[in-house]
Amino acid sequence: MTQGKVITKKLNVYYGSNHVLKDVDISIRVNAVTALIGPSGCGKSTFLKTINRMNDLVANVRIEGKVYLDGADIYDRGMDVTRLRKRVGMVFQQPNPFPMSIYDNIAYGPRIHERKSKAQLDEIVERSLRQAAIWEEVREGLYQSALGLSGGQKQRLCIARALAVEPEVLLMDEPTSALDPVSTLKVEELLCDLKKSYTIVIVTHNMQQAARVSDDTAFFLAGEMVEFDATARLFSHPADRKTKAYISGRFG
Amino acid sequence: MRRLKDDMLLCLIYLAAFGAEFLLIGILGYVFVKGFPQVSWHFLTTVTSVLQGTTGIAGNIVNTLYMVILTLLIAVPLGIGSAIYLNEYARPGKVVGLIVFTTETLSGIPSILFGLFGMVFFGTALGFGYSILTGAFTLALMVLPLITRNTQEALKMVPEAYRSGALSMGAGRWHMIRTILLPAAMPGILTGILLSVGRILGESAALLFTAGSGYFLPGSPGRWVRKLFASGGTLSVQLYLSMSKAQYSVAFGIAAVLLCMVLGINLLLRILAKKWDVL
Repeated sequence: MTQGKVITKKLNVYYGSNHVLKDVDISIRVNAVTALIGPSGCGKSTFLKTINRMNDLVANVRIEGKVYLDGADIYDRGMDVTRLRKRVGMVFQQPNPFPMSIYDNIAYGPRIHERKSKAQLDEIVERSLRQAAIWEEVREGLYQSALGLSGGQKQRLCIARALAVEPEVLLMDEPTSALDPVSTLKVEELLCDLKKSYTIVIVTHNMQQAARVSDDTAFFLAGEMVEFDATARLFSHPADRKTKAYISGRFG
Repeated sequence: MRRLKDDMLLCLIYLAAFGAEFLLIGILGYVFVKGFPQVSWHFLTTVTSVLQGTTGIAGNIVNTLYMVILTLLIAVPLGIGSAIYLNEYARPGKVVGLIVFTTETLSGIPSILFGLFGMVFFGTALGFGYSILTGAFTLALMVLPLITRNTQEALKMVPEAYRSGALSMGAGRWHMIRTILLPAAMPGILTGILLSVGRILGESAALLFTAGSGYFLPGSPGRWVRKLFASGGTLSVQLYLSMSKAQYSVAFGIAAVLLCMVLGINLLLRILAKKWDVL
């Protein structure tokens, strides 16, 4: 096994009779940002949801092949899904803060996993909000409803919420597609900071974004991973014809 | 021409609104005007007795409270539990469809049928006899659909994103339901409970042959529990009995008290809802 944080071997995913991912082999580097690009329906979100086993919730899903996190098979029967999801956090396309206070949103994850004192929680809340670069904006109103925040703030809150359980891997499913350009920029800046301590996998429709924020890029098409390479190389010298066509905007 | 049509329609709508309002206020006013002269401290705190020559409904008030609390204690956990099962655990399909259909049908059944079933099943087969307990079980069956349906609808309204958000952080299913879904569904659950209370307060047919018409107060503090196994008529049952004996003034008195109770419980739940719904 190489030093990849997340490794898949011959990963195949089916939704009923629909073959969504075909023989995906990938090795995602630790402390790097890996971008998944490709047209809608190419399987990149499915791939993301396979890594934290959120796909388990889909009816009629069938998963074949192996997914390793630090060398351990996450689909092994002995794998505790709760523990896995603590280690592999997720940020969704639509910001989804819970209908509770900002503080309780952040404290939600830590409270699941162990009993913590108020002081410990206070510290986690502040640290997570700082990490997500939203602390200064909300410190005065920690006990106000999270639903009153703007879209961009909500998404950074969700990032903070995911960070609060101290995951090792952070999965982001088009985290900026519902945000305005300024908020998008803030989230992108955040990624550069976060990759120092986390391994980040981000699905994006925006190729400029992939080029800006990621170290590695994987191009998916119709369920297959066509090409996977260092971002700089993939965008400047794509090896595959289809990759070239896609990144030059000829389809997608 | 179009202008005229608009105005006429508007007139009709106003008329309908005022008509409905007027009817409601009319009924309330009529009952209160006829009923309140009858209501006195004495009427509320004594029990009807031929020997002492008193007319009072203290026993019925106590029975009513018993009935409301006991029925809710049975029906609320069951109703919420089944709604959670149907919405969160069961795979949508024919079985769930059938259960939902049955629940809906259940709510359309005339209450006297519930009375018959309750009498035969809880009263005779299970041996609870004519008792508040038998009545409460019977009413629990009747209000179960209200609680289940309202809870289910409320759960359906909770965005899917809340569920995936909680689960993606490693929350167990039950933890997610307890901490996210139920608080978010609370208004709907309260609506179901509110409607149930109304149903319990207003029911007479289903109770006549299950809980009976006892109107005595429990004799000593030790008998408050035993009262559950004794016959006890609620205010509505007593109202029916008083009417059938042509004691209209008593009947109106009871009606006024009943209306006050309904208003009171509505207000109470509304205040509670506000208090819980902090955010």
